[in-house]
Amino acid sequence: MDVKIGKPINIAIDDLTRVEGHGNIKIRIENGKLAECVWEVVETPRFFEVMFKGLSIEMVPLLAARICGICSISHALASARAIERALEIEVPGPAQKARLLAKHAETLQSHALHLFFLVAPDFLNAHSVIPIMETHPHVVETATRIRGFANMASDLFGGRTTHPMVIKVGGLTQIPRKRQLKALAKDLDATIPYLSDAFDLFKTFTMPDFIRETEFVSLKGKREYPFIGGDLVSSDGVVKKEDDYLAMTNEYFVDFSNSKFSRLSRESFSVGALARFNNNYELLHPKAKEAAAELNLKPGVHNPFFHNLAQLVECVHVMYESKEMITALIDSDITQHETPYRIKRGEGVGAVEAPRGILYHHYRINEAGKIERSDCVIPTGQNHANIYYDLHKLVEKLIADGKEEEISRLAQMLVRAYDPCISCSVH
Amino acid sequence: MKYLGITLERPKIGVFGFTGCEGCQLQIANKEETLKNLFNSIEVVNFREISSDGCDDYDVAFVEGSITTESEVTRLQKIRNQAKILVAIGACACLGGVNNLKSRFPLSDVVKEVYGMHPVDTGPVRRLQDVVSVDIDLPGCPISKSEFEWLVRNLVLGIKPQFPQYPVCVECKQQLNSCVFDMGMMCLGPVTRGGCNAICPRNRFGCWGCRGHSEEANFESLMRILRERGFEDEHISERINFFNAFNGIL
Ligand code: SF4
Ligand code: SF4
Ligand code: SF4
Ligand SMILES: [Fe+2]
Repeated sequence: MDVKIGKPINIAIDDLTRVEGHGNIKIRIENGKLAECVWEVVETPRFFEVMFKGLSIEMVPLLAARICGICSISHALASARAIERALEIEVPGPAQKARLLAKHAETLQSHALHLFFLVAPDFLNAHSVIPIMETHPHVVETATRIRGFANMASDLFGGRTTHPMVIKVGGLTQIPRKRQLKALAKDLDATIPYLSDAFDLFKTFTMPDFIRETEFVSLKGKREYPFIGGDLVSSDGVVKKEDDYLAMTNEYFVDFSNSKFSRLSRESFSVGALARFNNNYELLHPKAKEAAAELNLKPGVHNPFFHNLAQLVECVHVMYESKEMITALIDSDITQHETPYRIKRGEGVGAVEAPRGILYHHYRINEAGKIERSDCVIPTGQNHANIYYDLHKLVEKLIADGKEEEISRLAQMLVRAYDPCISCSVH
Repeated sequence: MKYLGITLERPKIGVFGFTGCEGCQLQIANKEETLKNLFNSIEVVNFREISSDGCDDYDVAFVEGSITTESEVTRLQKIRNQAKILVAIGACACLGGVNNLKSRFPLSDVVKEVYGMHPVDTGPVRRLQDVVSVDIDLPGCPISKSEFEWLVRNLVLGIKPQFPQYPVCVECKQQLNSCVFDMGMMCLGPVTRGGCNAICPRNRFGCWGCRGHSEEANFESLMRILRERGFEDEHISERINFFNAFNGIL
């Protein structure tokens, strides 16, 4: 495309592809200046906060899972945790381990789907993974192996890959038997070598050069890289208790989006793999730190395209940590899968690091064990404002560099880097 | 392939999402081991979630989700006009699914509760068949990959797909699973259509009817058993209405 400065440019990307859900990018450039740039979230809402109302707590994690087909395990876990904290239920140790393993399986499955199916085509000049099956069979083989293990693990710990029925208030319906755990450990050993193939591939991709400083929000780990519960932290120095999540999310409305937007210390903040990496780098598995070094990735990264690389580092982390946890679980008492509980009035918050960032469920429960009020704040919802301001800065930079013809492609890649889960954000 | 009087070779397919969680679409892309074979027998020409190639020349449309806005009605009608065969995938598309839980409240309250005064376009929850004619319902929440592949094979070979009509109980017993009733849990397996290999009871959780009701489902005897076992009507009703699968019998 031959673009002369001064000539108005209109870029309209309706229904951005290779993302979950429906979103549009609209950019208008007049007299060589950015006149309009919006990230429209047009997904139709389902009103989960209403759907929960009046439901028995027993059914709530099952419904919560249906907020999102990709991160259903995270929703079920955040939901169960919120209820458990409201009713002061302590989940038995082995069940906590099995839950984290389910969580890791989802993280791996989701990151690998994003990296290989949604992101890689941009760098391999393809419109989807389908032609890549022919041109780069090895890439697809790597994805298949990694996701194959992740599927096997989520089948085992969640009951299936999407919409787990095993996660319940008080723990899990069951913990896999030793024999199954051993088979899984064996598959994991056979899968780990494929990680280096994934790294070899991503090292050949050059992430676009773009920086916009922002605030990163995540769980604050104590001894472990955090995924389930604990304090909340931002890279601008805000620290809050889990129950105080509203002070972190500050949702507000914008007229071009069916999803609410969020802000904290600045105009926007970012959640997800890069936020976790930046805020909790020290707690990564040593193998994951090595992997980060191999990619020249150090904490304090403000290039949003590096979400992709942070996800790759997390794949390493969850695989190695899963290995250790499966071994530990084999030796623990798997009959300890749930704690019986009594119904009472209560209120609780559950925060979980979903693949795309920190997720909160909050319920008020009445004396009959039914939901009176609920609130869910979704990772992509928290990222929308950051995506919006990133898009502005990216387009302005490309205009300044005289690279208008790159705008459409890079704007799409930018949004995709956040791995947005749009239908989830408009729950 | 010849089905519904239509002949197709390596059918072109499109996958579309409406109001739902995209979990059903995800099942299609999942379990890559068989993806290559699948893509050899069909040509995916429109699948926004995984591909940037958007082409409106497809023979079979797989449609996920319920219909909740007028713009969705228009979009679905366009798909219906184009597709020779339209398959509803998943409980949201076939039954209304969990989306229907919002219908327990007046629509104006629903919007106010989540969005306050912020205007949002939404309407009642409709199944696809409430809006256009649907050729095949592929049930489940989510659909299963293997059943999807089985359906595609049938379509390619021109065989009319025969879904199981027997209840989940049959598959559960075939697998010598211990009945969750004996563990004090509720299960809708006796009245729910099989085909999922009783995946929930196998994981020690009672069926809650995501696949819709089986043929000749005997609700009276189910209700008798449930009441005998001490489950309260309110509790039973919550189970039965979860996926909107049993036409609100309770
Ligand atoms: S049927 Fe279930 S899995 Fe499919 S879109 Fe609806 S909620 Fe999601
Ligand atoms: S667990 Fe459910 S499906 Fe299985 S036999 Fe018992 S009632 Fe039937
Ligand atoms: S057991 Fe019941 S709820 Fe579970 S998948 Fe089968 S039909 Fe659906
Ligand atoms: Fe919300």
